[in-house]
Amino acid sequence: MSGESAVDEHINIPHHSWSHTGPFDNFDKAALRRGFLIFQNVCSTCHGIQRLAYRNLADLGYSENKIKSIASEAKVLYNKNGGLELYERPALPSDKFTSPFPNEQAARDANGGSLPPDLSLIIKARPNGLDYVRALLLGYESTPMKFNLMSGLHYNTYFPGHQIAMPQPLYGDDVTFEDGTPSSIEQEAEDVVTFLAWAAMPEMEERKRIGVITMIFLVIFTLLLYATKRRIWKNVK
Amino acid sequence: MNNKNTSRRDFLITTTNAFGIVGVACFAWPFIDQMNPAADMLALAKVDCDLSKITAGQSATLIWRGKPIFVRHRTAQEIEKANLVKLADLPDPEDDSSRAQRPEYLIVVGICTHLGCVPLGQNPNEPKGEYEGWFCPCHGSQYDTSGRIRKGPAPTNLPVPKYRYVSDTVVRIG
Amino acid sequence: MAANFSNSLVRWIDHRLPVFSYLRHAAYDYPTPKNLNYWWNFGSLAGISLAIMIVSGIALAMNYTPHVNHAFDSVERIMRDVNYGWLIRYIHMNGASFFFIVVYIHIFRGVYFGSYKSPRELLWILGVIILLLMMATAFMGYVLPWGQMSFWGATVITNLFSAVPLIGESLVTWLWGGFSIDNPTLNRFFVLHYLFPFIIVSIVLLHIVALHRFGSNNPLGIDIKYPNDTIPFHPYYTIKDAYGLGVFLILFAGVVFFAPNFFGEPDNYIPSNPLSTPLHIVPEWYFLPFYAILRSIPDKLGGVISMFGSIVVLLLLPWLDRSPVRSGHFRGVFKIFFGILLIDIVALGYLGGKPSRGMYVIFSRLATAYYFAYFLVILPVLSKFDSSRLLPKSISTPMPEVNGIE
Repeated sequence: MSGESAVDEHINIPHHSWSHTGPFDNFDKAALRRGFLIFQNVCSTCHGIQRLAYRNLADLGYSENKIKSIASEAKVLYNKNGGLELYERPALPSDKFTSPFPNEQAARDANGGSLPPDLSLIIKARPNGLDYVRALLLGYESTPMKFNLMSGLHYNTYFPGHQIAMPQPLYGDDVTFEDGTPSSIEQEAEDVVTFLAWAAMPEMEERKRIGVITMIFLVIFTLLLYATKRRIWKNVK
Repeated sequence: MNNKNTSRRDFLITTTNAFGIVGVACFAWPFIDQMNPAADMLALAKVDCDLSKITAGQSATLIWRGKPIFVRHRTAQEIEKANLVKLADLPDPEDDSSRAQRPEYLIVVGICTHLGCVPLGQNPNEPKGEYEGWFCPCHGSQYDTSGRIRKGPAPTNLPVPKYRYVSDTVVRIG
Repeated sequence: MAANFSNSLVRWIDHRLPVFSYLRHAAYDYPTPKNLNYWWNFGSLAGISLAIMIVSGIALAMNYTPHVNHAFDSVERIMRDVNYGWLIRYIHMNGASFFFIVVYIHIFRGVYFGSYKSPRELLWILGVIILLLMMATAFMGYVLPWGQMSFWGATVITNLFSAVPLIGESLVTWLWGGFSIDNPTLNRFFVLHYLFPFIIVSIVLLHIVALHRFGSNNPLGIDIKYPNDTIPFHPYYTIKDAYGLGVFLILFAGVVFFAPNFFGEPDNYIPSNPLSTPLHIVPEWYFLPFYAILRSIPDKLGGVISMFGSIVVLLLLPWLDRSPVRSGHFRGVFKIFFGILLIDIVALGYLGGKPSRGMYVIFSRLATAYYFAYFLVILPVLSKFDSSRLLPKSISTPMPEVNGIE
């Protein structure tokens, strides 16, 4: 990386209009399920999402049995009777998502020295996270003529410094959506980012719901306080 | 100030005060509720048990909310034995049918109601006591095949946890 | 003193322990100038902010684990699993920003209306001490989530103490309890972050005692002369403060529910990593002006001295400004310099968030120079030209010039 200039170059991230960002908007459950499918089939080969538990998938509209069967495909290690030996069992809905690599070193070894970050908080952990991650997924291009790309890295228009270790993950038609939505690369990118946004802030829908009620209450209360204040102060000269 | 004015003022102040009280109460609730068990703990508060793996006459022990749960697949004789007991003979009278949703499977919390030891009787080689249920090694309480206290210092029967059958062979405790 | 309370139990207690008399005196009968404007709301708002921070902080502490291996996870557990944990954390996180907004307005109200002047010097100094404790508390609180900004912010700020001659290195090691920011550091920061707010509460109580000794200053900056200059605190100022609180809560709730990460740094959602420094380390917005002053001085020790000096000058303010006129309202030239000071501090805040090179450095130096010049040169000089001849006789005396102040 060319140090300073890579850091300072201002990269314009294209703005995308999201269906869940307004004060009254909820997540589109169908988009979340499509995004989850992409996460499971594409992202999860290298990236973990360890802060989610399988039980959280109920937010996506999955039934209890479906969640159980999704969970049971993963294996978790546990120790019996407090011993040192670890045994394997199918994951339960109460378990957290298993990560693809047992530890950081194994992850680096398998990825040419780079660490695929856990994606639980990625949308909150990057400035303008929604647009940035979407742009990144769509930003793979052939290396420009004068650009000196290091071996093992890939050219990406929107990555700071333009050299990213992650190979292009989405090409379009990577999965077949159950609901019949065509899996264009744009659709896939939008859906997986929506899923990751939910993973980063699963409280969003409840937060906005309570928020709207709170705001209505506070506005009425404040108007009442103002009227009371006017009344009490009427006689002060 | 005339009367009309006074009542309007009273109404305004009463309403404002009411809003204030409601507001403070609503604000307080999240701070109280955060001390209740959190979602990750509640997710562990229910345990599923696959009954098909327990053959008749066998018992299984599982951990539920940090406590041992005894699941016994009872034989026909054991059920009969439990039903033959006269309620008047029991220190803590309870009908067997009220203690097992399906008579073949008895599910109880495996903690002696005396002082909290775990009674013996789950393994075939452990003593089951005079009533062929469980025997507490600490102070000699004896439980029958329905988990009811028959003899010894324990005051009450082994408690039955809340459970329901989610399928023919799977029971969910909690 | 044994006042005539109608409730006999209250009377019985009050006779033996006069808390009710004290409360009645302090929050009920307390004679308050009747001309206070809405800038005077920010004192009680600051008190309420402190209460909100303590209540939400105690709830968080019940669910937080001060250990390097668990801190980040326990915060995420609060956000995801604890009942209303997300709400409590967002209240606490944004509450810090709102607390500082309120306190900064409260301070500038005091600077403009001369609330620091005799006989309120100690009241002012207690306030500056509260500010210092708040800053320490906020800094340590920011470390607790143990994200990247927590870790590197803590590293940078604690390293400031290494500028102290001779003992600098040992001092930093002592602060850390090790040879870098590590578990002992996190653990002690948690303890102190929990302790300090209660020290702040006790100093706030002293602040109120000092306030009630001579009563509140007022927009005219003149002393109370006649009984009809004042009105009882209750119901007049309780309702006015409550109304202000309502407006404050609307803004606060707006951020908490609809833009909870507005004041935050994305980097703090990355677990701390001692081997990788974020590209731009910036402190929370409320420290940015001080951070700009720190960086504007090319010398390490000089920078640290300037930064702490920028607060020490506040302690000296009552003696730097000798003008006989309290309120800025009656000081024409003062108003201009005060206005520039406000712009100057906003500019310092902006510059504190920018990389330190090129024009940013030059502007930072100019802004720092003005900040100190305002207190050390401009105010002492201006004092010589003011006279109290034009002041109104009393709060109740109508004066054409003071219309519109209320």
